[in-house]
Amino acid sequence: MALLSKKDTKLITDPLMDNNPITIQVLGICSALAITAQLKASIVMAISVMAVLAIGNVVISLMRNIIPSKIRIIVQLVVVAALVIIVDQVLKAFSYELSKTLSVFVGLIITNCIIMGRFEAFALANGPWKSFLDGIGNAAGYGLILVMVGFFRELLGSGTLLGFKVLGDPIEKTGLYALGYENNGFMLLSPMALIVVGIIIWVQRSRNKALIEDH
Amino acid sequence: MEHIELFFKSIFIDNMVFATFLGMCSYLAVSKKVSTAVGLGAAVIFVLAITVPLNWLLDQYILQPGALSWLGAEYADYDLSFLSFILFIATIATMVQLVEIIVEKFSPSLYNSLGIFLPLIAVNCAILGGSLFMQSREIPSLGLATTYGVGSGIGWFLAILAIAAIREKIRYSNVPPALRGLGITFIITGLMAIGFMSFGGMLTGGDEEGLKEGDPVKVGVSAPDSEKELANNTKEIN
Repeated sequence: MALLSKKDTKLITDPLMDNNPITIQVLGICSALAITAQLKASIVMAISVMAVLAIGNVVISLMRNIIPSKIRIIVQLVVVAALVIIVDQVLKAFSYELSKTLSVFVGLIITNCIIMGRFEAFALANGPWKSFLDGIGNAAGYGLILVMVGFFRELLGSGTLLGFKVLGDPIEKTGLYALGYENNGFMLLSPMALIVVGIIIWVQRSRNKALIEDH
Repeated sequence: MEHIELFFKSIFIDNMVFATFLGMCSYLAVSKKVSTAVGLGAAVIFVLAITVPLNWLLDQYILQPGALSWLGAEYADYDLSFLSFILFIATIATMVQLVEIIVEKFSPSLYNSLGIFLPLIAVNCAILGGSLFMQSREIPSLGLATTYGVGSGIGWFLAILAIAAIREKIRYSNVPPALRGLGITFIITGLMAIGFMSFGGMLTGGDEEGLKEGDPVKVGVSAPDSEKELANNTKEIN
């Protein structure tokens, strides 16, 4: 590991589990939940956030010594907004259907608290390479939760994964459906996203008692 | 009539928190006490009521394809809609700063109760979300845009007030240790969202359309004319 020292690896692996941005730091929930009814949308969202966060972290980290601290929020917003516009245009150009599904939530990456949070907490105080790794790590932790929620909601809600009918065909009654299995349409509705995240938090904190809050 | 309809629709059916999960970060972080929740909720109503109409004007006279035609015929073909994110967020950030300065100058007591929350609000997704939904739902007039801003603000206020009250009480309940704090808040919010879904039939008389309101794929966006949408696909967000 000449490229990544031990500290650098920790920057990436820490946010995946014990310092997860969604379940522990409570950042970036806003745009995370609404688009997780399908696995594909979750993955695309996770990749978009990763691109914006990693590049944004590097840009802010390069400028950290010349940004006056009074107007830093506006500078950060401009950097994120420019990156998000690029992501949005790329999505519209290459995958128009998907960008319609994500609708305004691509734009809402701008106000995703993960991004501002990492800029404030990390990129303003660290060099570009570390900031890049921190961006990748945190976006991966965010993406992990998104993909988990998307996986369960799509599997239980419509019996498909990435559009493939993994549980059989509900109309022709093949696979599991031959045994009388029914899709739980409730999983596709937005409240279930919250409850699924709640359950993930439950499992995570039961496994690691140190994370338990006292109210 | 359409004002009243949009007003109640934005409070209950398309509730910012329960239908579209906007502003969740501050919703979860600042809902431990009712008094602070009220302060933040009031600030959100205030800022939404100002920024949504302002961004409507920007959208109508600068951003939409052909919106620049008031400058002269040669500008009629310009389409600046790709700039909307950056213009909207700039408007929001400056408005929040401006409101903070004005409130501090003219009403110190209001500043004391709202002031600390105002900087938080610039990065609250509910504010930008309000403007983006206003744009994607093509709200037709300035008056309706104001109604929409105030209505969604009140919806957000109701949500944070309710969860703060529940969290104050739940402190005395025996919650499983691993669920304490964040976990149980998520689950309660989910249950509240299920409750709010029952408002879906309020304006449609309970027919099919009302049931789809919570569907995250088309989060409350009124069924768009798909052919028209595809025709000018560089313009639309949704």
